[in-house]
Amino acid sequence: MSFLNSLISGISLGSIYAIIALGYTMVYGIAKMLNFAHGDVIMVGAYICFFATSRFGLPPLLGVLLAVIVCTVLGMTIEKLAYAPLRSAPSLAVLITAIGVSYFLQNAALLLWTPNPKVFPNFFARTVLTPEGAVFEKTGVELFGGALRISYVTLVTILVNVVIMIALTAFTGNTKMGKAMRACSEDKDAARLMGISVNTTISVTFAIGSGLAAIAGVLFMSAYPNLVPTTGSMPGIKAFTAAVFGGIGSIPGAFLGGLLLGVIEIFAKTYISTQLSDAIVFAVLIIVLLVKPTGLLGRQIREKV
Amino acid sequence: MKKLNLTKTSRRSFLTYGFVIAAYIILQAVSAGGAMSPLLKGMLVPICAYVVMAISLNLTVGILGELSLGHAGFMSVGAFMGVTAAISLQNAIPSPALRLAAALVVGALFAGIMGFLIGIPVLRLNGDYLAIVTLAFGEIIKAIFNNFYLGLDSHGFHMSLLQDNTHLEPDGRLIIAGPMGIGRIQKIASYTAGVILILICLIIIFNLVNSRAGRAIMAIRDNRIAAESVGIPITKYKMMAFVTSAAMAGAAGALFALNYSTVVANKFDFNTSILVLVFVVLGGLGNMLGSIIAAAALTILPEALRQFADYRMLVYAIVLILVMLVRNNPTIKSFFERFRFGKKGGAEE
Repeated sequence: MSFLNSLISGISLGSIYAIIALGYTMVYGIAKMLNFAHGDVIMVGAYICFFATSRFGLPPLLGVLLAVIVCTVLGMTIEKLAYAPLRSAPSLAVLITAIGVSYFLQNAALLLWTPNPKVFPNFFARTVLTPEGAVFEKTGVELFGGALRISYVTLVTILVNVVIMIALTAFTGNTKMGKAMRACSEDKDAARLMGISVNTTISVTFAIGSGLAAIAGVLFMSAYPNLVPTTGSMPGIKAFTAAVFGGIGSIPGAFLGGLLLGVIEIFAKTYISTQLSDAIVFAVLIIVLLVKPTGLLGRQIREKV
Repeated sequence: MKKLNLTKTSRRSFLTYGFVIAAYIILQAVSAGGAMSPLLKGMLVPICAYVVMAISLNLTVGILGELSLGHAGFMSVGAFMGVTAAISLQNAIPSPALRLAAALVVGALFAGIMGFLIGIPVLRLNGDYLAIVTLAFGEIIKAIFNNFYLGLDSHGFHMSLLQDNTHLEPDGRLIIAGPMGIGRIQKIASYTAGVILILICLIIIFNLVNSRAGRAIMAIRDNRIAAESVGIPITKYKMMAFVTSAAMAGAAGALFALNYSTVVANKFDFNTSILVLVFVVLGGLGNMLGSIIAAAALTILPEALRQFADYRMLVYAIVLILVMLVRNNPTIKSFFERFRFGKKGGAEE
């Protein structure tokens, strides 16, 4: 049963990584840049949702919606101000700018919201009255007489991930904008010749990625409710790893990479060592990249002379 | 600074040496005159360490052309092994200067070996995949040092992972204590030693770059397939640059750690790697003098911004973004281009 428990919490953590990894992989696929500030957008989303619900008393769903809107606008603003002027610059210059944006967001959060950790509320807890008359918080369902415990957060996270994956696959496959995105990731110049506005497409990509980051931020905080201005960096690095693991630029790859990374991390924590779990995750990544240098579902890039 | 690119490589390298020596003499004079603030005085050794980090990473990123996001890992190996050597040799080598030299050599040696081991898998990959694997190795090194215990007693070294199972004799000393790192370090690092280390690293890099091997390395950077087709052994030369770079980072780590009384593994994390990468990119790829100036300026900048108190890191971030935007703005670029005399220089991209 402990195996099943670990597997489910692994899938749940992996779902969060997958949602964040989508942001990395879509931006990489289209703008060919590593958006290091993505992890900090998660943090901003979590803070917005936290303040909306705890301070202003909005219902959780509205709080999440507000976080998504703010992050979407934030993502598009960052893209316009910091990345768009560097479109023809060397990729390392864009990378350093992204790092600058990441520092900026972290330090702005530090000033605005202080370094004191905030305890994120659990939206999925229900107050239940036991037959004896005691009140307690019910945070999950118990199966097999309590041997298997699944929290509501876990269920919602997995469900949200599946919905996002299906929606995103449908979006990139069928809509006009989705097709434009695929065209841009294939060949930007050819796409431009076909009348696709590359700038708009990149903007929309950032908007979607950042909106998803807000959702991931809320889900991550619901599972690990310690909110500080540097909250986003570690899941950001892990999700970036997950995106590379699955083959960067590929949407199903981000899904697969995220899930696998989450499951490996939780299994490493349960069965090997808590302290070394990060090292094990990265070691598995290295082994996978050695066997398959472009990630699990990455396209083989043919080199031309 | 841009004008320097016009001159010949050898003239540029002499200018770099000259700059370092001049900076050293000026700072020594200021220090002797008592005009130096204690804040700056305390930062001299870390600045030297970051300068060495920057020029060594510039060898990987600028000369070899591979993005490394785990350079702090080598710094970490050098720091832990160098300090361990300094502590172990406390009785054998009484002179602090010689002990420091020994520590730097040991740090460089271990980091070089680590660079070789990591290089075997890493250098098979390309581009962003190589970058993420260096990131992964940096994180693995950090995680291992956070759980590594090393003690020394009359029976020699004892080590263990995860838990302190070293079972030392009563006279023994636990040198590396897992997440607590190394404590009670004798601060034997000096500014003079730091400058000497910078000069040694510069001599190594300039001689490497201007040698047959260096030209091969740059040929691989410019076009790997073409280089391979004229018979350059890719892996050998990549490894040469990577290991040299790692060893220098190790020496820098040992110097850095021996300036403080404690050192912990979390000091050398992803953010440190990124910080050094920022020095390299701001200073200009392949431009050693640029790296030196950027490393020194950006290490001082957050301290110089102290008057902004809470806002200093925010200002730092904004300055970083603006510098990148201005440097890559086509209008401003062409404006400065007009001031260049004659032919175009530049080692950038």
